[in-house]
Amino acid sequence: MNVSLYVWQRATAAVMAPMILAHVVVIFYATRHGVTAADILARTCGNIGWGAFYALFVVAASIHAAIGMRNIVAEWSPLDDRGAGIAALIVGFVLLGLGLRAVAAVTLP
Amino acid sequence: MTLQLKVSLWRGAETGRYQVFSIPQRENQTVLDVVTYVQRHLDPSLSYRFACRVGVCGSCAMTVNGRPRWTCRTHVSKVVRNGGLKIGPLENLPVIKDLATDMTRFFEKWRDARGAFIPTKTRHDETEAITPDSPARRAANAAIECINCGVCHAACDTVRWNESYLGPAALNRAWTLVNDVRDGGHRERLEAVAANGGCHTCHSHQSCQEYCPLALNPTASIAGLKRRTAQAWLKGEISARGRESTA
Repeated sequence: MNVSLYVWQRATAAVMAPMILAHVVVIFYATRHGVTAADILARTCGNIGWGAFYALFVVAASIHAAIGMRNIVAEWSPLDDRGAGIAALIVGFVLLGLGLRAVAAVTLP
Repeated sequence: MTLQLKVSLWRGAETGRYQVFSIPQRENQTVLDVVTYVQRHLDPSLSYRFACRVGVCGSCAMTVNGRPRWTCRTHVSKVVRNGGLKIGPLENLPVIKDLATDMTRFFEKWRDARGAFIPTKTRHDETEAITPDSPARRAANAAIECINCGVCHAACDTVRWNESYLGPAALNRAWTLVNDVRDGGHRERLEAVAANGGCHTCHSHQSCQEYCPLALNPTASIAGLKRRTAQAWLKGEISARGRESTA
């Protein structure tokens, strides 16, 4: 890990921390008020705010997790730094694709 | 009747075995005394390293009952387990023979972390006035007493996993110089420790400060380097590939 990866990982963690808190608060609200899946989809579909919120979270999580995976791969597998970087890029893009697909599914009208 | 101490000593190099010796146990006896007794009385072919015998030179560190220690400042009575001692070479370093390790890579990492002072003045200039209680000097003082015994390097999990990691001793040294206002190599040093294998590779397991015989805290020094390099990188003062691009 070098300083740029370190800063990116810490910065994305700082972005995600309050978002996770907001996410948990929303989960508690939904479960305590009996909000159904249909109610949730009715509120999120076409809502730019929720779409942007979760899209930003997915981007931050993809970067954060990919850097973490890169470290694990570099330390625990025979791959060198370059190989670990390529593996991390693949992990990051897979997470990004899956995450944005899920965000699109619940927010696109 | 003199009590006997059962001592297992590593014999060989990277491959080898522990050989058991029985030596007389004394009331005041260090682990280095034990090793020396074996070499002088039982097996002169035993190889080990020491110099000062009083915790100044840092050359007698070994693994004693699984823990890296200065053997000269470790009393047998404090570490003996079931009437025995198991003494091996320091870990994370190649073994030359028996209890002597090859410290070359350890000192190369010191060099790679830009551990040498870069003077900015000549003998004709005024002596730099250093305020002892300035934050920079306090930070340097907290880390400056390291004698390069290699105990922290042997105790570090990250060194064990990642050969390119500079390690706690080299990074601790770099931190003292980063806080030395007289030094002229700050940018190069920050780049060296900010690259892959530098301070950001540390997992903060804190084995270095747990095992340091001088009770120094290299983990804190490394945390300082992480902050300082991150600030410098964000300001565009250093590259993230410093050491790699110059290697």
